[in-house]
Amino acid sequence: MNDMSTEGYTTEDGRKIGGTLMEMKNITLSFGGVKAITDISFDIKEGEIRAIIGPNGAGKSSMLNVISGFYIPQQGEVWYKGEKRPQMKPYEVARLGIARTFQNIALFDGMSVLDNVMTGRLNHMTTGLFAQGLWKGKAEAEEVENREKAEKIIDFLEIQAIRKTPVSRLPYGLKKRVELARALAAEPSLLLLDEPMAGMNVEEKEDMSRFILDVNDEFGTTIALIEHDMGVVMDLSDRVVVMDYGKKIGDGTPDEVRNNQAVIDAYLGVSHD
Amino acid sequence: MTQSSEATGGLSSVPALLQRNVREFGGKAAYREKEFGIWQSWTWAEAEKEIEALALGFINLGVNEGDFIAIIGRNRPHFYWSMVAAQSVGAVPVPLYQDASAEEMAYVMEHCGARFVVCQDQEQVDKVIEIQDGLHQFEHMIYVDPRGLRKYDHRALHRFVDIQAQGRAAYYEQIEELKARREKLTYDSTCVMLYTSGTTGKPKGVVLSNRNIIETAKNASEFDGLNAGDEILAYLPMAWVGDFIFSLGQAYWTGFCTNCPESPETMMTDLREIGPTYYFAPPRIFETQLTNVMIRMEDASKFKKRLFDVFMAHAKKVGPAILDGKPVGLMDRLKYKLGELMIYGPLKNTLGFSRVRVGYTAGEAIGPEIFDFYRSLGINLKQLYGQTEASVFITVQPDGEVRADTVGVPAKGVEIRIEDNGEIYYRSEGTFVEYYKNAESTASTKDPEGWVATGDAGFFEPDTGHLRIIDRAKDVGKMADGSLFAPKYVENKLKFYPDILEAVLFGNGKDRCVAFINIDLTAVGNWAERNNIAYASYQELAGHPKVLASIQSHVEEVNKSVAQDEMLSGCQVHRFVVLHKELDADDGEMTRTRKVRRVIVADKFKDIVDALYDGSSEISTVTEVTYEDGRKGSISATLSIMDAKVQAVTTQKVAAE
Repeated sequence: MNDMSTEGYTTEDGRKIGGTLMEMKNITLSFGGVKAITDISFDIKEGEIRAIIGPNGAGKSSMLNVISGFYIPQQGEVWYKGEKRPQMKPYEVARLGIARTFQNIALFDGMSVLDNVMTGRLNHMTTGLFAQGLWKGKAEAEEVENREKAEKIIDFLEIQAIRKTPVSRLPYGLKKRVELARALAAEPSLLLLDEPMAGMNVEEKEDMSRFILDVNDEFGTTIALIEHDMGVVMDLSDRVVVMDYGKKIGDGTPDEVRNNQAVIDAYLGVSHD
Repeated sequence: MTQSSEATGGLSSVPALLQRNVREFGGKAAYREKEFGIWQSWTWAEAEKEIEALALGFINLGVNEGDFIAIIGRNRPHFYWSMVAAQSVGAVPVPLYQDASAEEMAYVMEHCGARFVVCQDQEQVDKVIEIQDGLHQFEHMIYVDPRGLRKYDHRALHRFVDIQAQGRAAYYEQIEELKARREKLTYDSTCVMLYTSGTTGKPKGVVLSNRNIIETAKNASEFDGLNAGDEILAYLPMAWVGDFIFSLGQAYWTGFCTNCPESPETMMTDLREIGPTYYFAPPRIFETQLTNVMIRMEDASKFKKRLFDVFMAHAKKVGPAILDGKPVGLMDRLKYKLGELMIYGPLKNTLGFSRVRVGYTAGEAIGPEIFDFYRSLGINLKQLYGQTEASVFITVQPDGEVRADTVGVPAKGVEIRIEDNGEIYYRSEGTFVEYYKNAESTASTKDPEGWVATGDAGFFEPDTGHLRIIDRAKDVGKMADGSLFAPKYVENKLKFYPDILEAVLFGNGKDRCVAFINIDLTAVGNWAERNNIAYASYQELAGHPKVLASIQSHVEEVNKSVAQDEMLSGCQVHRFVVLHKELDADDGEMTRTRKVRRVIVADKFKDIVDALYDGSSEISTVTEVTYEDGRKGSISATLSIMDAKVQAVTTQKVAAE
């Protein structure tokens, strides 16, 4: 029923990438007279790390918000796991297995790291408010099971030492990591990262890059990310979509994108050699 | 103690002790480790099964008797099991510092010719892969944490649990072989080989036999009345002899439980949760904890701060006396009880020391004020003096005879002799067998009668019989005017200040002393925050005029105190510099146990030392640094050189001519 190519490919480092997980078809999004996104199509394949880059105001975050269901495009279709996705609320999208982090950290400041990560498990809990209030039998068993999952993530991201620390007391770089933990706790099939390295120093960036690669490797999570740091993007991602003024001007492997004249002119600057 | 009756009957190796523990304490916890936020535990019986499976796996993998197995990782039950499993199959475990650089690792692994490596995770696997081409004997590597390793070539790389599973599968084929090998172990078989960090030269492999370890563990456990109900937290480097004696030797001898923290960062939390009864830490840990307490008290409300100050002053007055069982007045006792209720108890609980019966500090001299702080709280903190070559224990302080400036009386079974030049020699059952493949060093350190030179200078106090260490024998020198130069003495005084992390004194053969100082980033950073001083880097903070001024006042205080000592008044610091980088083991400036390598520091920063002596007011310098991943870079800085007031020397100089 879908006409897109569902073939996978093998990356340079030998990872097997599966068929298409998500496909954006001719998306157009405008706010009043302002066109944020104009007729953009691209796909995200299972198991890959897909980057969306572009100068400020290119429409990257809007694109991510379309994927996460926060914005509803005026035109175009979003296909997910081989089906056309109807209009949905963001929480319904989350239940489909799409989790995200935010450019400006959106954690629950007064809550501990552990509790924040546990909120990521919300969609995996079935007992009601009353049962959880009593915390007996099934509700208790469920909590234990979810705590275990949350603890595995905490272990994975090496944030054991701050498990009980209120988020508001953490430095910026760690908050970003906690946000990633919360998103991972949802066990997403698709993870959206909005500028995961923004405002970080070199060491924090290296850590975060390693975690992103490890998440992809260990859990097989498909990752779509927006990032400004070109070095990071080119190192991390398998394929890159380049946007400028709401239009797609390039799409391909980091090498292809790097050598694409339109991209060089628009974003990377003209090379001097 | 119950064990002494069966003394060594059949218990002539660590694996034999394990079997005994299974019989006697089978259902009691032997190991705990916090993982996924929960303390997981293994009884002695369960631990034995894990070790057996691993030992069978080792045989299955082709480990022969006499092979060396390198063990690289932080304190985890898996690595303690690996050591005992290695011993069980007749191999020799060689624990390495996990933060060692690839070169250091390469040297040690090449030297012992390890055929097998058991390590923690990808980081160590990568390091070993990096160096493996130079290692002709290396064959197989076993890792515990599989993360990130899935796509590695697994022909010579194995998961810990897989080796155990293979061992279990081969149970019937190999169990007789394992039993036979275990039975061959004697008191003289090698128990472990530990590489000394060495403040000079290449590391040396110290071979310790079962006799060394078991006798030492037995004597030390009896000395402090340790028993199977004790708990320790294993967090010090596994490659260090102390951890081996405490977490393995004594744990197997008495059957107590070894607890492993979740990660190095959570050590303090885990310490509080476990509440060990037997605790060991180098002075630096106690310093850090005290600094943290003081910093947090600065943030406390006025009332709490006042309460703290009043009761701490009282504790300082009577606490140590109460602990030593000396007579103390009733009112003072009552006030101390009240303090225990309001301040000392909660504070000990926060530090994780509520249950400590016996605590030791060693490795470096501890500042008397730091030492007294803990003792005044009622923590039975004692000092011991030891060496890798002695299986740790040379002297220890008995309960009730504890002082900050001595290291106690000879440990049970240890004979001590002091040479005319002041150098300390000892002989005991714990005295090492040899330096591996280094007969020359063995001969120069240990004489045919078994006396070992410590390289430390010291003397016995005539009235108490306690040993006092002056300094490393080779570090003690003479100033140009012939007065004594003992750098440690002055450095320790400087390091007592919370904002000074490290100090290095120069002056051997010169007319006056100068010093390098490292600030403590935690303490100074906190002070900067409090005083609205902005800084972007360690270097900037270290060079801040206000920081320099406060360090200067500390140095002058120390000079006053040094001037009081007739013998050492020549060691006052005339000029000093606050270094732009922390001295670091990665740069070779310190050993992995954080002892300053004087010669290397003096050589590396020669330009700064020269500037300290030639009177210039500042020095521009470029320093090479090594990052954690082994890459090298350099930092350049202009350091201001500070003058410090010195006190007039009290004794008249004797003219040389």
